[in-house]
Parts: sequence; structure tokens; C-alpha cells
Amino acid sequence: MTDATEDIPSVDYVEGSGVPIRGNDIDTDQIIPARFMKVVTFDGLGEFAFFDLRFDDDDNQKDHPFNEERFQDANVLVVNDNFGCGSSREHAPQALMRWGIDAIIGEGFAEIFAGNCLALGIPTVTADHETIDALQQWVDDTPDGDIEVDVAAETVSYGGNEIGVSVDSAQRQALVEGIWDTTALMKSNENAIAETADSLPYVDQTRDEIRSDD
Amino acid sequence: MSQNTLYDKVWDRHKVTTLPNGQDQLFVGLHLIHEVTSPQAFGMLKERGLEVARPDLTHATVDHIVPTGNQDRPYAEDAAENMMVELEENVRDAGIQFSDPTTGDQGIVHVIGPEQGITQPGKTIVCGDSHTSTHGAFGALAFGIGTSQIRDVLATQTIAMEKAKVRKIQVDGELGRGVEAKDIILEIIRRLGTEGGVGYVYEYAGEAIENLGMEGRMSICNMSIEGGARAGYVNPDETTYEWLEATDYFQERPEKFDELKPYWESIRSDDDAEYDDVVHIDASELDPVVTWGTTPGQGIGIHDPIPAPEDLADGKQDTARRAQEHMRVEPGETMEGYDIDVAFLGSCTNARLPDLRRAARIVEGREVADDVRAMVVPGSQRVQQAAKEEGLKDTFEEAGFDWRNAGCSMCLGMNEDQLEGDEACASSSNRNFVGRQGSKDGRTVLMNPRMVAAAAIAGEVSDVRELEEVQTA
Ligand code: SF4
Repeated sequence: MTDATEDIPSVDYVEGSGVPIRGNDIDTDQIIPARFMKVVTFDGLGEFAFFDLRFDDDDNQKDHPFNEERFQDANVLVVNDNFGCGSSREHAPQALMRWGIDAIIGEGFAEIFAGNCLALGIPTVTADHETIDALQQWVDDTPDGDIEVDVAAETVSYGGNEIGVSVDSAQRQALVEGIWDTTALMKSNENAIAETADSLPYVDQTRDEIRSDD
Repeated sequence: MSQNTLYDKVWDRHKVTTLPNGQDQLFVGLHLIHEVTSPQAFGMLKERGLEVARPDLTHATVDHIVPTGNQDRPYAEDAAENMMVELEENVRDAGIQFSDPTTGDQGIVHVIGPEQGITQPGKTIVCGDSHTSTHGAFGALAFGIGTSQIRDVLATQTIAMEKAKVRKIQVDGELGRGVEAKDIILEIIRRLGTEGGVGYVYEYAGEAIENLGMEGRMSICNMSIEGGARAGYVNPDETTYEWLEATDYFQERPEKFDELKPYWESIRSDDDAEYDDVVHIDASELDPVVTWGTTPGQGIGIHDPIPAPEDLADGKQDTARRAQEHMRVEPGETMEGYDIDVAFLGSCTNARLPDLRRAARIVEGREVADDVRAMVVPGSQRVQQAAKEEGLKDTFEEAGFDWRNAGCSMCLGMNEDQLEGDEACASSSNRNFVGRQGSKDGRTVLMNPRMVAAAAIAGEVSDVRELEEVQTA
């Protein structure tokens, strides 16, 4: 069995230019419409990020930051409140990641969405409305300006400003220590898993029992 | 910190260890999988040379993309057929039970788990679908998870999670005529907001909840996620046990029922349990609730005026303005009389047998309005079969409803059932997001199933209580 933990990088720091997406309650159906989920891999989802907000019925481009030339190299997304609400589809952060996003700064995130981002090593850091508003404005004015997201220190720096941000403590630790990919980590506790299973009154079926049910 | 709630007790029983990042590793008692969110996880597993740890605690169905009209294989749509084939291969290789459409047990994942008796109190249940919270109606801790977490569960039968806070939502009083479980949850979300539950798990309690059957409790737990909560649950009681005893699982293993019942009793929240927050709702004050906007929190009583954006909290004003523009509604108006093009009776919120029964009583002897496309999509093949035997299928068809096969259908518009253009839909589902029902200009009005029936008949949103024969839920 391979030990996957060794390959997992620490994500204590993300640097790059920003792209602002304004509005509260931007849900996963907007981030990736369900019709693009009829796929068995996540490859290629990037081009469908925010699809219905970016294109009209005849596939003509609409006004949207993801369509704008000046944001094409951005990797830090700046959003408002309750971003990513709705479904548990990992397709949403996958689409953003494959479009080029490495970190998201916002007023607030839906929980499953933030968890899905963590599983991909994408920090979701938060700050209050005024701070985010100012950052979005700055990004608009300075599309190629550099934003530094320091996950460990919980700060974001841009254009000579340094702002304090919050990172959920488990998320911070997982990202900074490179333990955000939990499969190998949890697999190493096999004995404890078996003990817990044995202690549960309802877990008693073996594979053989299941087979004989058929 | 909450103490001695069902959440605390079930969490403790399933905790394997605390991980270095501070999260707990929890054992998963039941892993439900479907065609849309599992293939990538199986792919990741193969890449790492890992096997499915507990296929015996895993159960599959197909619901999101399955055609609800002609189900002959290969499916008319290639993408749907490919997803089905992929799932078939994955479950066969791993030895996972699969309720596929040939079994008569297929259906929406949150309908079939409870139906088959594998959803049980005191279990941890996960699925790559946010509405997994539905299973909390049985006193299970049930969470929707993303694909990377599905990989974790397939590989280890455990999941990494942080403990949430517990908010008790005490719903007292009796529901009025024509008001249902769906209205309770829409009201909760309206009051607490779509993000009000972030960081919480909701415990639903009180007389109004206890008086509900399992289906009503499922409708409520189902939409916990729309309220931002990580999960929702109801403590198990005699209503729960009656349901369980009648399922295949316990019919085949009656001794198990007696063996497990003390465990189920033991995980109920104690009378002196401590909660992080308590909210009170008076069920007797509720009217049927409908949504006027594009988030499930934008609901109002059927006779209440649509709020002016400037009267809402700062953070909600823009969303409300955009929603009102999209829905083409004006502040001060009520939703009564809002023109409807489509009526959708389906989804894991409201497509179980009692939902269809109540709606059928409304449409019986009446006709769907001329310009309305109305459809019933049963939540599972078993619901479909039972409804047919009771004559509900005939009732709906005689009224002009299209009777379809089981699946998610127009709840999210991934199969052929979709809104077209700017059609407005009276829907018994759980999400009114822009684009949700398959057309980005489509307009969704969420409501309870009898209200959907009434809208189908009237061709507009209307108060079902103004039709006769409306009983309490
Ligand atoms: S019916 Fe709708 S909400 Fe329920 S599982 Fe299917 S798509 Fe999701």
C-alpha cells in the first residue's frame, strides 16, 4: 500500500492576482450547473465554471469577471457571504480549481463547500463585509496586483495593506501541516476503526451474510 | 457545548480517534452512493490501489440521471448511459448491493434507505448528496459529503469531521388545516436564514414534530441543509419503531429489532440535555408557505406580502432584488395568483406515498389547468407501485398529470424533465435556485405537495384550503 501522506504539500501560503465575484448566496448550481455533471471524471470542468452567468442561450459571452481578459491569470477568488451554498457537489470547487483558483477569500462559506475546498487543498479564508468590499474594489482597479494569502499567519496582504483574516482552525492546521488529504491518515488507524465497528450493536453483517441474502 | 443530546451520544459511539488536525475520525455505519458523485471517488481509489473497505455497509442506487420516461437500456442519452455503466461496474467489482431499476427497489437515495430499513436510529450515514440530512428523521446522524470524502469512506469506512453545535428547534402547537411539515421547515429557514444553521446541527422536537409521521419528519430533516445546518434529526420514538418494524430488513430479522431497540432508546437526547441554542416555533400560527425568490429562505405565508428588499437585513437586500427581478414579482404583492406553467410533484422532500395520497385527494375529480404541464415523479419504484395499487396513478392521470418513473427528475433537471425558457414551476422540491430545474430563466416556487396540486388545477399559485376536502396533514 502506498503512503499517500508523503505527497501532500503544505498549503501555508498562496500568492497571485485576484478576481472578484460579487453577491451573497452564490449557490453551487450557479458555480457549476447540474447539466455539466454528467461526467465520470472532473477533467475539463474548468470551462464550465459559472457557465450560465458567463454565457447566454446562444453561447455569447455575458459580462462576468471570469470572461474578462484582465482576470484570466487570477488564482485568488474574492467573494461575499454564504458562497457555495446548496449542494454537496465537489464539482463546484473542482470547476473553480480547474479554472485556476488556488484560494478563496470571502465573507462566509457554506460548510460542505468549505470542506470540499479543503479536500482539494484550497484555503477558504474569511473577513468582514467592509474588508472584502475594499479588497474587491482594489482587485477591480488592480487586476494584475499581487495578493498574498498567508494561511498560517491568517493575514492577506495586497497593495501595501495587510488585513487580518480568519481560517477555521482545523482547516489551517490541515493545510499548513499538509494533512488535508485524509485518506492515508485515516487508513493508518485500521485497528481503532475495527474496534469502533465491533463496539457498535448494529454492525455485525459480514460480506458472507450479505451474499447469502441475495 | 451541547451535552447528552442524540448528536453527542451518536458522535461518541462512532468516534475512532482525534486526528492531528483536530478533527474527529468517525466510523460510518451506512454509506449510500449514487451515479453522479461516486465515479470520481472510485477513480481516486483505483489510482491509489485501494479497495472498498466495507462493501457490506455500502448501498447503491441510481436517481439523478436515470430517465423517468423510457428506461430501456441503453438510455437514450449517452452521458446518462455512461454514468450508469460506470456505476454498475464499480458496484460489481466491489460487491456492493445495488438497487437498480430492475430490482423494483430503485429510487431517490433518500427515499430508498428508509424504505428498505437500512436507515436506522443511532447510525452514522453519509452520502455524496447534501440531502442526506433526510435520514436524520430516524435519529441517525446523516451528512452529505463531497467526492474526496466519499473516497475516504470507501477506503476506510470513516470520515474526518469537526463537531458542530446543536440547536434545538422546538415546534409546539398543532398544524392548521392544509399546513404541513414542508411549511414548518420553510418557515424555519425563512426565520433563521439560509446560513443561520452554519456551524450547527438541528434537533427538531416538540409536539408538532412528534405528531408527524416519518414522511413529514423526513421532509423537515431533508431541508436542514437549505437552512445551512450540517445535519438535522428527530429523536426516535414509537412512530420510528413502527416504521422500522415493517421494513424488509426487520421483517427478515425480527430478533434484530428487539436486540437494537435498547440501543435506539439509549441514544435519544436526555431530558436534561444541554443545547447550544434553542429556538421556538408555534406551528399553529403557520399558513401554507410559498417562496417568492431564488433561495429557500425567501418564503412567505400564502397571504403575506412579498417583502421590499430595503426592509430586509443589509446582506440580504441585493439577493432579494436580483431574486425579485428574476421571478418578476413586486414587493407588497402576495404570491397568490402567480401564473404557473409547470407543476412538479416529486423529489426526496415530498414524493413519498402519503405526499402523493394527500395531493391525489386534491386533484380527484378535477382537471389540470389547460396551459399547465403537470407531472408526478414518485420517489421510488416502491412508492410508484403502491400508489398504482391504491389507484393514485389513475387519479392523477385522469386529472391530466403525467405519471413518470422514479428518480430526481425535475428537482435538478439532469434528465429529460426540465423547465424550458422562463417557465414558472410550482414545485414540491427543496431548491429554487436560478437554473436549478434545468433552465437558467426558469422560475421555481417551492411549496407543499397539496399546494402543488392546487396550483396545477388553478394554473396559478393558490391557497389549497380554499378547495374542499382538505384535511390536516
Ligand atoms: S430529489 Fe433533488 S434534492 Fe433529492 S437527491 Fe435528487 S436531486 Fe437531490
